[in-house]
Amino acid sequence: MEAVSRQYRVPLPALAAASLVLVTLALALIFFVAPNDADQGFSQRIFYFHVSIAFTAYACFAGGAWKALVHLWKRDPLADLESYVAVHQGLIFGTLVLVTGSIWAKISWGHWWLWSEDQLVLFLVLFLFYAAYFMLRFSVDPGPQRANLSAVYALFGVVLIPVSFLAIRIAKSFIHPIVFTRHGPNFGGWILATYCVAQAALLVLAYTLYRVELSGKRIDVRLRELSLA
Amino acid sequence: MIRARQLGKRFGEKRALRGVDLDVARGAFAVVTGPNGSGKTTLLRLCAGLALPTEGELEVDAPRAAVGYLAHEPLVYRELTALENLDLYGRLYHVPERRERIGMLLERFGLWEVRHDRVVSYSRGMTQRLALCRVLLHGPELLVLDEPYTALDAAGAELLDAQLTELRGARTVLISTHDPDRVAPFATQQLALA
Amino acid sequence: MTYAADVGALARKDLLLELRARDTLPAMLLFVVATFVVFHFALPAHSSQLAASGLLWVAILFTALLGLGRAFVPEREQRVLDGLVLAPCDRSAIWLAKSLATLAFLAAAELVALPVFALFFHGLGGATVAGVVLADLGICAVGTFLGAMAVVTRARDLLLPLLFLPLAIPIVVGGVGASVAGSPGRYLGFLALYDVLFAVLCWASFEYVVTE
Repeated sequence: MEAVSRQYRVPLPALAAASLVLVTLALALIFFVAPNDADQGFSQRIFYFHVSIAFTAYACFAGGAWKALVHLWKRDPLADLESYVAVHQGLIFGTLVLVTGSIWAKISWGHWWLWSEDQLVLFLVLFLFYAAYFMLRFSVDPGPQRANLSAVYALFGVVLIPVSFLAIRIAKSFIHPIVFTRHGPNFGGWILATYCVAQAALLVLAYTLYRVELSGKRIDVRLRELSLA
Repeated sequence: MIRARQLGKRFGEKRALRGVDLDVARGAFAVVTGPNGSGKTTLLRLCAGLALPTEGELEVDAPRAAVGYLAHEPLVYRELTALENLDLYGRLYHVPERRERIGMLLERFGLWEVRHDRVVSYSRGMTQRLALCRVLLHGPELLVLDEPYTALDAAGAELLDAQLTELRGARTVLISTHDPDRVAPFATQQLALA
Repeated sequence: MTYAADVGALARKDLLLELRARDTLPAMLLFVVATFVVFHFALPAHSSQLAASGLLWVAILFTALLGLGRAFVPEREQRVLDGLVLAPCDRSAIWLAKSLATLAFLAAAELVALPVFALFFHGLGGATVAGVVLADLGICAVGTFLGAMAVVTRARDLLLPLLFLPLAIPIVVGGVGASVAGSPGRYLGFLALYDVLFAVLCWASFEYVVTE
């Protein structure tokens, strides 16, 4: 960890500024510009948050798995920390998926939880999985062993995502949940544009938060090293 | 056979070893001394291949099959017999004429009579002698011994002396000990860790 | 074929250890039968047959967890795992051998559990048995792998169920589907897919669990 300075191409202040701009733009589009949904009205707008947050969470988990692979393969000293922070961001965004999804379900169909929503159930499983990641990590002393175990577990996670999704799909035929039909928004014009901006905003925001947390953690580690050296 | 430059090992934030330089030629007998906590075990684990360095370089010119490592723990299954333990290791190391070799070692270290008893019934000295059998079973070129005399009784210590006498020059030995005088007759070089 | 020989030597050792100790397998047997009795009292009067089928899978999962928690305990004591890691064999052989041994215990427990289930609740079809076989493979592969991870942590027994259950959800889906659905082939295929994917992942990454 010592003297490893990873040079990031985009400096953090620029990222923060970009996040601010994009998120503001996205909020403006979502609340003022995008047309009302024919079926669900104003409340449908949460869909812009919910779907973009979900995709961002997937991206975080995938990023965490990628850094995990880098750690195992190239023994890059920073990769373990990067993987951990990415998974952490993923868990935060994943929790938000559950929250926004729950709100959406309540508003749209009157139930706080719906087993029929595949993505929601998937995120529940992933929440359990990645929460266990943290339990694993905090149960091992810092060192190469902890890094290896975390990395391998992160890889398992990324294989679990599609497998779980498939499982949830095929489970429906014998679970028979109450299925609410939803008319998906027609992806035309402003709706598509708003969604794209929202998605971009959240991805940039997630990356900014990732960089912020990462730099904080690196300073932590460096301080502890210096105090013990 | 072993070459280390500025070798260091850190576990998280704890530093176990720092700035070690070491050159052990083939056939040498290197003795590592130092107080508790100075990193002797860490250094030996690195040389045996059980850990990777976090700083510096380490080259060990011996494949896994040619290394024999004696740890603080005997690394044998307590619920299995001496024979079963050695048979397992013999198979894993693809030792030729496994049975004969196991028998020979057990006899040499005075464990032939108890070969069918489970290790849990052994005394500490006997267990350590079994561990020595395990280490020598596959005829390793590089022997890494972490304080081998500590758990041995007097008889066992004599057996080890005899074994080391036999191996001196023919094999490369890296040994850590609290009692450097004991191994002084064999030593070709010494390394003191702070 | 030295890989197979190594796996054989290690698996023999695991079976030998269990035969000596004789604690894991009897515990699993007793546990699974006790669980069935609990299920009887836990299922309300007019529960369908299907509910019982679902609970079979819960029983299998938790019985397996019982056995898996013990899998690497002999290696943990006195760090014997170091001795195995030092050996020139491929480290994945350690995982494979332990999985096969655990599979043997789980299968032995099920040889009793399934007939007892049929006795207490209802008969089991071929698809269910096929599902159990395929699920066992996945449970043992993934569970043994996670057991090796859990055993080096401070939390140990606490951690294994937490690590294992999310990964076991697809197995439960496949198994229950094979038991109750009209066309079990889809679910058996899914179980096979799970087994292949995760077995390969375990095989490729076990090296990193036991080394630095």
